[in-house]
Amino acid sequence: MELDEIKNLIELLRDTDITEIQIEREGSKLKIKREKFLSSFDVAPQPGKTAAQAAEAEKEVAEEQRLVTLTSPIVGIFHRAPSPEANPFVEVGSRVRKGQVLCIVEAMKLMNEIESDTDGIIAKILVENGQPVEYGEPLFLIEPAQ
Amino acid sequence: MHLFKKILIANRGEIAVRIIRACHELGIRTAVVYSDIDRNTLPVRLSDEAVCIGPAPSAQSYLNIPAIISAAEITDAEAVHPGYGFLAENPQFVEACTASRITFIGPSAENIRIGGNKSKARQIMKRKGIPVVPGSDRPVADEEDALKTARKIKFPVILKPSAGGGGKGMRIVHDEKDLRQMYQMAQREAVAAFGNGDLYIEKYLSDIRHIEVQILADNKGNMVHLGERDCSIQRRHQKLIEEAPFIFSNPKFRKKIGDIAIKAAKAMKYRNAGTIEFILDSSNHIYFMEINTRIQVEHPVTEMITNVDIIKEQIKLAAGLPLSLRQEDIGFSGHSIECRVNAEDPERFLPSPGTVSLFIPPGGQGVRTDTAAFSGWKVPAHYDSLIAKVIVHGRDRAEAIVKMRRALREFIIEGIKTTIPFYLKILDSPDFISGNFNTHFLEKNSAGDK
Repeated sequence: MELDEIKNLIELLRDTDITEIQIEREGSKLKIKREKFLSSFDVAPQPGKTAAQAAEAEKEVAEEQRLVTLTSPIVGIFHRAPSPEANPFVEVGSRVRKGQVLCIVEAMKLMNEIESDTDGIIAKILVENGQPVEYGEPLFLIEPAQ
Repeated sequence: MHLFKKILIANRGEIAVRIIRACHELGIRTAVVYSDIDRNTLPVRLSDEAVCIGPAPSAQSYLNIPAIISAAEITDAEAVHPGYGFLAENPQFVEACTASRITFIGPSAENIRIGGNKSKARQIMKRKGIPVVPGSDRPVADEEDALKTARKIKFPVILKPSAGGGGKGMRIVHDEKDLRQMYQMAQREAVAAFGNGDLYIEKYLSDIRHIEVQILADNKGNMVHLGERDCSIQRRHQKLIEEAPFIFSNPKFRKKIGDIAIKAAKAMKYRNAGTIEFILDSSNHIYFMEINTRIQVEHPVTEMITNVDIIKEQIKLAAGLPLSLRQEDIGFSGHSIECRVNAEDPERFLPSPGTVSLFIPPGGQGVRTDTAAFSGWKVPAHYDSLIAKVIVHGRDRAEAIVKMRRALREFIIEGIKTTIPFYLKILDSPDFISGNFNTHFLEKNSAGDK
């Protein structure tokens, strides 16, 4: 694949709503991905006051981009996988269905499965595995299915 | 034995601020829990850490035991201070803390169970020879049993829910006809308010004062008392003005009521800080009424005259330290009065939530304001209406009254209605000034009529 060809593809994508394109041609594979909604926030939420502010910021950005924010319904520890050895429930880009388990929030030694409240694609995972989360703290940004 | 490194505060408002201050003075870090609606509040600002535990309704936040334990776990808090109200007198919460190896700063679950069961507390005190108001020793079985007891102790009597507190569900009964009418109603009310319809009957004493004694106890059972408080100025059994000492107190009276309080606390193997409430009748007879198994709203008046920080003592005692005070170390100096400023209409006592547009608390020598309010703060409708406690200390009661009048007049609160005008009327009442009052002060004085 020529460099010019790739440039043209990127050019082409810029003015569309497409965020990801994948092309496979005899032995070569190209994937272009655009995360336009992610550029404006790189704040990792932390427990306490900063989390509150981060939560507000996340909410605003999410609303602008029509993303759905999944917040923690309880206080506890955020786990991305059912056990330390297991694979995470979801990754960025995973297609999820309403009711699908996205993570676990551990409270008082109880593992609480947190389900998606919408069909869509995981756009961002906002909390690192093993971190404490508050009630109402944003966990995932989900791009709802059309 | 070490003091805690970090304490979780499971409360809001002025008492959360009060506890944060005590912790910071002891070099202890704090984490405070808050509900969604309390995000922009003073405790959240002042605490080293803050954890949102749920939405505004307290059942889902400040009363949510798993959320609070979880908040203690994620913040690595070694102990929880419950403040007053919410989970302060919930034995299940104490047990949940213990199961998670978190120290509950307060009495034992068993102490709280006895405190919450007024007829059981009565039985224990009676066995130890502590005077109690004549009445039924256990909940009355039914209306007939109630009638029989009432005839024995003679009308008027008072019906009290066994599980009750704060004056809720109490009924004064003047004759047999009244009793038949009110028994069912009181029982239904007790079920609705406390989930338990048990009632007991006491002789109703009308010309009484409400006097209580603050006690401190370590885990070895050593105890001291910090003297008495007079909490007779009440409206529908809710305390409004508290003072220490009792205006007609003297060393002999204080020793007598203090000794009874300690005997009562020892009878139930009490731990940490607590209050024994008594009725004082017009001939100065002392009767045990109940035990309050928490830090009380009115604790500052005792702090002002004894110079003992009761919250710090609670923390040290919960950490297992022995009592650092002996009874003879405790001195009493001057007179202190507290007024509870509520976000309420001062005439009809209806809650007045809303945004406090301007808030400038009083100050000056001998004036202490315990509050979590500030200009721009929105008083939520979800919680109780106490927004500030003004506490003054004077060399004597007359000076304390002058200071309180001055402090309340300079207190600026705009945007909401408060009970300050109501207190100013009481402070000018000749009966209040002379100390000639009982628990019916407000019914007898025009200040409380409207």
